[in-house]
Amino acid sequence: MEICKDYAVQMRGITKQFGTFTALNHVDIDIKKGTIHAVLGENGAGKSTLMNVLYGLYQAEEGEVYLYGEKVNIKNPNVAISHGIGMVHQHFMLVDNFTVLQNIILGKEVTNPFGVIREKEARKKIEEIVQKYGLEVDPDAYVQDISVGMQQRIEILKALYRGAEILILDEPTAVLTPQEIQDLIKIMHNLTESGKTIIIITHKLKEIKASAKSCTIIRKGEYVDTVDVSEVSEEDLATKMVGHAVKLVVDKEEAKPKDIIFEIDNLTVKDERGLPAVKNLSLKVRKGEIFGIAGIDGNGQKELVEAITCLTKSETGTIKINGEEIQNTSPANVIKHKVATIHEDRQKRGLVLDFTVKENMIIEKNNEAPFAKKGILNWKSIKAYTEQMIKDYDIRPEDCAEKQARGLSGGNQQKIIIAREISGDPDLLIAVQPTRGLDVGAIEYVHKALVRERDSGKAVLLISLELDEVMNVADTIGVIYDGSITKTFKQGEVNENTIGYLMAGGTDDRENH
Amino acid sequence: MANNILLLIGISLMYSTPLVFGALGGMLSEKSGVVNIGIEGMMTIGALTGACVGYYTANPWIGFLCAGLAGGAIALLHAIASITFQANQTVSGIAINLIGAGLATFLCRLFFDGATMSQPVPNKLPKIFGAGNEGIKQYLNLDITTVIAFVLVLFLYVFFYKTKWGLRIRAVGEHPAAADTLGINVYLIRYACVVCGGVLAGFGGASVTLAIIAQFTPTAISGQGFIALAAVIFGKWTPHGVYGSCLLFGLAQAIAIMLGGSDLIPAEIISMIPYVLTLIILMLFVGKSVAPKANGVAYEKGKR
Repeated sequence: MEICKDYAVQMRGITKQFGTFTALNHVDIDIKKGTIHAVLGENGAGKSTLMNVLYGLYQAEEGEVYLYGEKVNIKNPNVAISHGIGMVHQHFMLVDNFTVLQNIILGKEVTNPFGVIREKEARKKIEEIVQKYGLEVDPDAYVQDISVGMQQRIEILKALYRGAEILILDEPTAVLTPQEIQDLIKIMHNLTESGKTIIIITHKLKEIKASAKSCTIIRKGEYVDTVDVSEVSEEDLATKMVGHAVKLVVDKEEAKPKDIIFEIDNLTVKDERGLPAVKNLSLKVRKGEIFGIAGIDGNGQKELVEAITCLTKSETGTIKINGEEIQNTSPANVIKHKVATIHEDRQKRGLVLDFTVKENMIIEKNNEAPFAKKGILNWKSIKAYTEQMIKDYDIRPEDCAEKQARGLSGGNQQKIIIAREISGDPDLLIAVQPTRGLDVGAIEYVHKALVRERDSGKAVLLISLELDEVMNVADTIGVIYDGSITKTFKQGEVNENTIGYLMAGGTDDRENH
Repeated sequence: MANNILLLIGISLMYSTPLVFGALGGMLSEKSGVVNIGIEGMMTIGALTGACVGYYTANPWIGFLCAGLAGGAIALLHAIASITFQANQTVSGIAINLIGAGLATFLCRLFFDGATMSQPVPNKLPKIFGAGNEGIKQYLNLDITTVIAFVLVLFLYVFFYKTKWGLRIRAVGEHPAAADTLGINVYLIRYACVVCGGVLAGFGGASVTLAIIAQFTPTAISGQGFIALAAVIFGKWTPHGVYGSCLLFGLAQAIAIMLGGSDLIPAEIISMIPYVLTLIILMLFVGKSVAPKANGVAYEKGKR
């Protein structure tokens, strides 16, 4: 394609290397002005790297960047900002104990000659943008007190405040609720209508279909294709992204549930502020079934998991595994009772990121033979075991046993956790948001692992904010709202709309219709 | 009685002044995210430089300024180690304390014929009501450094909470990656804060040897730097909070001095008061008060 001023961004032959690893190999991209353009690729495919080159965070070894037909040299983010490029990072770049207003003006403050900030003027400027694009925010709220969806708006506002015409959104929907995703898509359309260009980096096919006009696919640092989104199916996109056909629907046989193995009765748990977050919650999970809990974030899921794993105190009620009560004991006791947990935040709770893969692999078994003898670790057997696990669970790169967990991709970090948790042969596997931030291939892997556990007669408790995931994977679906399981269904009994309605606190008349 | 109270206030303010300088210096550094336990060493160097230059030039103001520069120079070492080379900031701070004490004694011996004490400076920094010892001057004739310290607190309050520079420094101390993506130079801001913090600590040292006592002695700075660090924590990293806690520590010192004259309690116990108070406050407040989030963490561009 020719260089032309109708295109907001054109990148030609971009090559970026990290040491000996080629992250991008002569990648081209053309993004038309005033459209939403998706950059699709698996984790580690290089889509974020490409956009970081555009934003000046990385310097490409080769290649050119053109904005509106003009060649530019983007040395650093300041240059990108001055060219009207704004970026919303996946991990929000907000200062928690600053107000919304302070976060927006940071680095581009309106001041008098002595450097004293003119808050009134800044406020006026922000309000103008807010009105123009329908981005409602409270400028005086502290970031730590507002929802994730709201934080994302602030990131968008930050870019617009700096005069962004081209907006890069890195995985914008990874942390949002379904309603927030709808709102975001609406905001994106408002922005393109007034001539802004939006680039979304994502691996979520559904949202590409819902929002983008065109889509560039990148695989392993190579350009694959650019397609008109309206002309392709989700399956086509997935195939182009992964390089082979993938199944988006989970392949599984009907469950054969047996005895009840895990039972929660009348559980009440308080949150950090001392208010009840889980209220008189009861549920039963049978051997050989996946029990999925669907709900909007903040309805007690976090506290429920913490109570089961004894990370927090249960106020009332009982939690029984194999008939034995485990509430208010200790995490070690819970593990001893053959409960394994894939925690929500793999980087905070699941892994010690600065530890090597082999250290992470035996972190729960550090005092068991053959890994330790009288308190002395046997590194030889730990390494041999880890290498076996890396092979069995297809963790990449293959030689990662001695590498820091931090350096692995999200999907492979999750595989370490799954390997560690499943290998203990648990009776109950608790999986909390197990596919958060993972790409299609890795999601398929995780779902298969859960089904495999079920098929071998284990009980699985799946807690997810992704309604699709619960609908697809779980055999029994419980809806959590305001700290209680308000309703349970068998898979296939209800459709997405009914569950969505119940998740938002709707009363149960409607599902009969 | 009234006179005693005035005297108590006077002595409190006198002893809190070096703490205020040291603590504000430490706070400035930590606000930007660099832990600075080397304040003690920087104050010691400042104390020596102030006394030396004050002695040879007979001008206490030149001595005071040079003390700041010397403190800043030592702080630059800490900045290079902890920002550029991403060394452990606590270890670097300890090294600064060792260097400060050792270098000060060494230089003192060099300039004053092997003595560990300097000669008294011919002119001390002025007092606000001028020379003399009658009327109110007997009790409350404050050093000019006490006033400078107070003005500095007001200035830093406005600086941190009203200006763009303050906003940027706080952002760098809380979330350096966020500041970086907005085009703020994290390294430059940290360097500036650590070095300016050292300058303030140097002033703190000189405010002992050019205003309170008139010479450098090996015990001129004995723990003030560490008490100042406690004041930073107790004052929750805010200029006004830091000032308040420095006054409290100054008061403890003043009480110790005023009780020192009586025979009721052994002098050794009394002189422990400020240090014991520091320990108690640290036990009660460390962990509870909110340090800048990135405090003590070296910033590495592009780390996942």
